[in-house]
Amino acid sequence: MKTLLTVCAGVIGLSLNMAHAATGADSYNLVEKGRYLTTLGDCTACHTMPGKPLFSGGVILDTPFGKLAGANITPDPVNGIGRWSFEDFQNAMSKGHGLDGKRLYGAMPFTAYTKVTREDNQAIWAYLRTVDASDNHVETNQLPFPFNVRTSLIGWNLINFKEGEFKANPQKSEQWNRGAYLVEGLGHCGTCHTPKNLIGGDKNEQFLTGANLQNWVAPNITSTGHDGIGAWSEADIVKYLKTGANRFDIASGPMAEEVEHSSQHWTDQDLMAVAAYLKDGAKPVEAAKPVAATDPAMVAGKAIYADRCSACHTPNGEGVANLFPKLAMAPLVNSNDPSSLIRVVLAGSRAGSTDAAPTAPAMPAFGWNLSDENVADVLTYVRNTWGNAAPAVSSASVKDVREALTPK
Amino acid sequence: MAKKLPATDVVVVGLGWAGSIIANELADEGLSIIGFERGPWRDTAADFNVASAADELRYNRRQDLMVRTRQNTTTIRNSVNETALPMRSWGSFHPGNGTGGAGNHWAGITFRFQPHEFRLHSHLSERYGKELSPELTLQDWGTDWEEMEPFYAKFDRLAGISGKAGNIKGVIQEGGNPFEGARSEEYPNPPTQQTYAPTLFAEAAKNLGYKPFPVPSALVSQSYVNSLGVAMGPCTYCGFCTNYGCANYSKASAITTVLPALIRKPNFTAMTNCEVLRVTMDSSGKKATGIVYMDANGQEWEQPAELVVVSAFIFENVRLMLLSGIGKPYDPVTNTGTTGRNYAYQTANSVRMFFDDKNFNPFIGGGAIGMGIDEFNNDNFDHSGLGFVGGGSTRVTPIGAAPIDSRPLPPGTPTWGSEWKKATVKNYASTMSIGCEASSYATRTNYLSLDPTYKDPLGRPLLRITFDFPENDRKMAAYVTGKVGEIAKSMNPRQMVPSSQQGHWNSAPYQSSHIVGGFIMGADPKNSSVNKHLQVWGVPNLFVVGSSAFPQNPGYNPTGTVAALAFKAADAIRTRYLKRPGEMISV
Repeated sequence: MKTLLTVCAGVIGLSLNMAHAATGADSYNLVEKGRYLTTLGDCTACHTMPGKPLFSGGVILDTPFGKLAGANITPDPVNGIGRWSFEDFQNAMSKGHGLDGKRLYGAMPFTAYTKVTREDNQAIWAYLRTVDASDNHVETNQLPFPFNVRTSLIGWNLINFKEGEFKANPQKSEQWNRGAYLVEGLGHCGTCHTPKNLIGGDKNEQFLTGANLQNWVAPNITSTGHDGIGAWSEADIVKYLKTGANRFDIASGPMAEEVEHSSQHWTDQDLMAVAAYLKDGAKPVEAAKPVAATDPAMVAGKAIYADRCSACHTPNGEGVANLFPKLAMAPLVNSNDPSSLIRVVLAGSRAGSTDAAPTAPAMPAFGWNLSDENVADVLTYVRNTWGNAAPAVSSASVKDVREALTPK
Repeated sequence: MAKKLPATDVVVVGLGWAGSIIANELADEGLSIIGFERGPWRDTAADFNVASAADELRYNRRQDLMVRTRQNTTTIRNSVNETALPMRSWGSFHPGNGTGGAGNHWAGITFRFQPHEFRLHSHLSERYGKELSPELTLQDWGTDWEEMEPFYAKFDRLAGISGKAGNIKGVIQEGGNPFEGARSEEYPNPPTQQTYAPTLFAEAAKNLGYKPFPVPSALVSQSYVNSLGVAMGPCTYCGFCTNYGCANYSKASAITTVLPALIRKPNFTAMTNCEVLRVTMDSSGKKATGIVYMDANGQEWEQPAELVVVSAFIFENVRLMLLSGIGKPYDPVTNTGTTGRNYAYQTANSVRMFFDDKNFNPFIGGGAIGMGIDEFNNDNFDHSGLGFVGGGSTRVTPIGAAPIDSRPLPPGTPTWGSEWKKATVKNYASTMSIGCEASSYATRTNYLSLDPTYKDPLGRPLLRITFDFPENDRKMAAYVTGKVGEIAKSMNPRQMVPSSQQGHWNSAPYQSSHIVGGFIMGADPKNSSVNKHLQVWGVPNLFVVGSSAFPQNPGYNPTGTVAALAFKAADAIRTRYLKRPGEMISV
């Protein structure tokens, strides 16, 4: 009897869905919803090469284990996912399984996407079916042995993956839950901002507390740490994600790409939900003890800062709104890991350009006329002045980043 | 033979201030626009790195931002009786190159012209009658202050101009310039803070009863987001300003205020390193059909368009019209024709002061950071019985004192050796100068034409300048420099050295890039080339915009007015021409 009821319900559900699909308006709405959701998920970041057909794949991800490439997810039957059914797609998103149960690597953030609702996946799928098929062939697995053996992923999944749709927390508001759904799910913020364990899985107990990817530090974006975004208001978070710039900071590096491709297009409502979620549980924290101003590195760094940095970042580290990031009490500056700071001083960096903030200002490269020691000193000074407190930077760390940035 | 490309709605020639503003306005109208620029794409982040922008050798001595004279130059002579010779390195003026144009290396001084300027001939005739010298060919602009003001205001908001209003809606404001036309609103940013020399000058001027005001500056005084969402940062007084690009996003230019927003628009395309060779016309001669350009590989292309906007630097605006046979070339002998007519310049004067007991820290500064007075400018004083008309903007704007060129030495100092070194040390920090940037009024014999002898590398004739300072302007220069000298004397310098523009125009020393006229605006097609909408008389789908439209030059810097005219032309196209294409004014 129970079985029969379920089947009946299933049949009714199916016929209702078909009725929906039958009207042009509903089908249009479903596809448009899917388009928005793929933007939310920033699918193009891995699945579209600049200047190449949408979702034709090929973007290389340099993981600590080797290279992986984003797949062609256009409807091409040979090189894309044209032979897939919706259930195959649902499995990819929720289980990390490709066609015929082939396991996907964690670079495809199914550990986050598993939280996406089936309903949202249906919209994404409907949209993906509408894009132009591309016959671009992509070798997704370019890892060396033994990582290229996909059976290794069974164990990986056991340790790092918990399957299951997002479950709303009834204690929290609808807005908070929407924010949580976006941050933990489709937005996959943790993919960059959560520290990784030795085998590349998320350390979930340190969710969003900052991580290093390819010499870019994705800073702590929780509201709790000294190096977090406790000082940011919800409006600051929204402005940053919408425009790439706010009174504290300007997105650069991979985050600039995220803002350009994804978050500038999110609805204000969704951005506010994200802000409400990230700001929840904010509590003031005691600052760490800064390096003493009399330390030789601090003295040398202060002089370099005055000569080379203060014109833009201002003598008191306040920066200039929308152009030059504030250094005083900035999450990235206070991060334990100085890699991003070293990187931008050596190689420069350009902010993203958005419709709301088209300027795209740049930090020039100073690697050509500052030594490793100069860079270490000035960063030690910046990280321990104006209320900042973070470990001193060694010239050895600068040397390492310089070597990593030098084309081989 | 040029290869023909698919047609577009609009081509814009030149992506400096005027072209970028018009392209952006028309892009908002949904039109497909292609902007052509003879030089490279320039961009603050890529081109003006704070670690290398302050390079005096590269930017000041070697003129890195200016068009190479081997690519394009002018020939010059003082009178019709001479044979013109080509200018082989830029002296008197500095034409720009690349996106942003001369707007990248300008000083940033952003005056509005005064209400009486737009009807200068009528105004001076009414006031002085027969006293007005027949030497001058002054003209009215065919527009007026009320029509211009909204577009000046629009530019102020775009460029974040920093200053203090002197007249808001007819009410004189304390601390501003009381001689300015009534403004609809205060400046979008407060004035920049002043350094020592301008402060001292302002005190002296005030003690003599004058009304000093902060020079209106396109170097912004504070963090600013403009009307297009583009961000600017406060000027750092780095002292590498005029002739340099700004690395701090402080100096307004097309690349710091317009192009970052414009280049994002899908209906706008920029074609850089593409030199426009001529405007193409249909057989009737009453319709422009597009342009022909040469790309960086030497390939010629024809780009058809419904609307052609020529908005290059003045020299190229006039030359393109002459090369394309648009308008009748001006003939000074018969006083007929309009293309090339009413060419004018700027009359530069100064008084330098040497002190013993002052330290001006002259390396701190910017092109438009300073204080000025306007008591001796234009027709702000009674010229009855003086034997001249016009005047100048008196001001102290220390632009910085870069190490190679800044050697303020008293006359008679040896030009090398230990005495020269000693004098440099003694005077470098204790010298200041009061400038007086004065009017240049048109005459029958100052004009632009194609050179009969010299050609550019593509075989096209160069533009020939025939110019000398009129008697009227020399008298004016002597008078205003005397007045400036009185202020200087009251400041008790050890020595003062006045320099007023006398004698013939000498093209070798730098004087000013404020060059005007040659394709002027007016109410009558017999003595002007474009109507008040910058639309070419008789060719309604062609607009020529820039200082080429000024019938003469007042004692002010021209950029604010060039930009206002660009907004004005764009507005006329948007609100009138697109609804009813054709002549907007029929005579």
